[in-house]
Amino acid sequence: MGDMAALWSYLSTEPLLWLTATLLAYLAAAQLARALGTPPWANPVLMAVLILAPVLWATSTPYATYFEGAQFIHFLLGPATVALALPLYDNLPTIRKTVLPIVAALLVGSVVAAVSAIGLARAFGLAPAVILSLAPKSTTAPVALGIAEAIGGLPSLTAVLVILTGIVGAVTVTPLMNALRITDWRARGFAVGVAAHGIGTARAFQVHPQAGAYAGIALALNAVLTSLLVPLLVRVLLP
Amino acid sequence: MVLSLAILLSCQLLGEGVARGLNLPVPGPVLGMAMLLVGLRLIPQLALVLRPTVAVVLANLSLMFVPAGVGVVGNLSILSSDWLALSVVLVVSTLAAMLATVGTFLALRRWGQGDS
Repeated sequence: MGDMAALWSYLSTEPLLWLTATLLAYLAAAQLARALGTPPWANPVLMAVLILAPVLWATSTPYATYFEGAQFIHFLLGPATVALALPLYDNLPTIRKTVLPIVAALLVGSVVAAVSAIGLARAFGLAPAVILSLAPKSTTAPVALGIAEAIGGLPSLTAVLVILTGIVGAVTVTPLMNALRITDWRARGFAVGVAAHGIGTARAFQVHPQAGAYAGIALALNAVLTSLLVPLLVRVLLP
Repeated sequence: MVLSLAILLSCQLLGEGVARGLNLPVPGPVLGMAMLLVGLRLIPQLALVLRPTVAVVLANLSLMFVPAGVGVVGNLSILSSDWLALSVVLVVSTLAAMLATVGTFLALRRWGQGDS
């Protein structure tokens, strides 16, 4: 018993355990999704999180300890974002022909994402700090946190709202687009990239390479646009 | 694979350096993506080197959001008594943004198609 406790106290403080656990949870989630026929609601991020969270809770592992292992995977978000350049490059000929729809859809989508969030939050009577945390929810996390901080939101609340937005977009995009009988992978991918950043982009790559490429463009462009637009919209809508 | 990783990380490093150096509102990796795109235009052979690694990375993009996702579960209490209103806002606003984006894209798709 004493040996087990010693082993646990060693493993639980080393990065190896939670790094491995994260990989295994993701593999299990992907396997389960495949077994179910990859329905949109069986999102691999969501399912892996639902596997890991109870384990952390049962072993009373603080998030900081978990993250010491998981940070190696979290770090890969950077190079993965850079890697989006390759599908972008592969699709350059089509992208050149869709510059106008890309620019217009980006502007409209980005404005609707922020204005609808601010408007609805006001209608529900949410506190100003909460509304400001919500405004940048559709852009990639590092940008959203920066914006929230600059306009007087709560970055820790924004972090939660951004991830939840990504999951909502990733889970709803396929049924929504199918219901509307939209078959253009470029339009579908671009929409989920604007509304649901990287988690939406991950979903788009699961569905179709061209959807993934367009989601990647949307994610990159919306990171720039949201950081310019949201502070401006907030000044106009929340004087 | 090592060469691919070195290329990706170099672009990120360069992007990070420029973004911070010039105080741009763009994250370093996004600028790194733009730089790699320029690199691919200049040296098309880069695509051959990068393709196998990039394919694996992008096929498993979901994995990289798991650590942040786990953080959200531990921090859900921050939503406090607003959780129901916030859920409605997130779902409605995300659907509205997707509809507006896809609608605009499809409406304007006809233009620019002729110049190929």
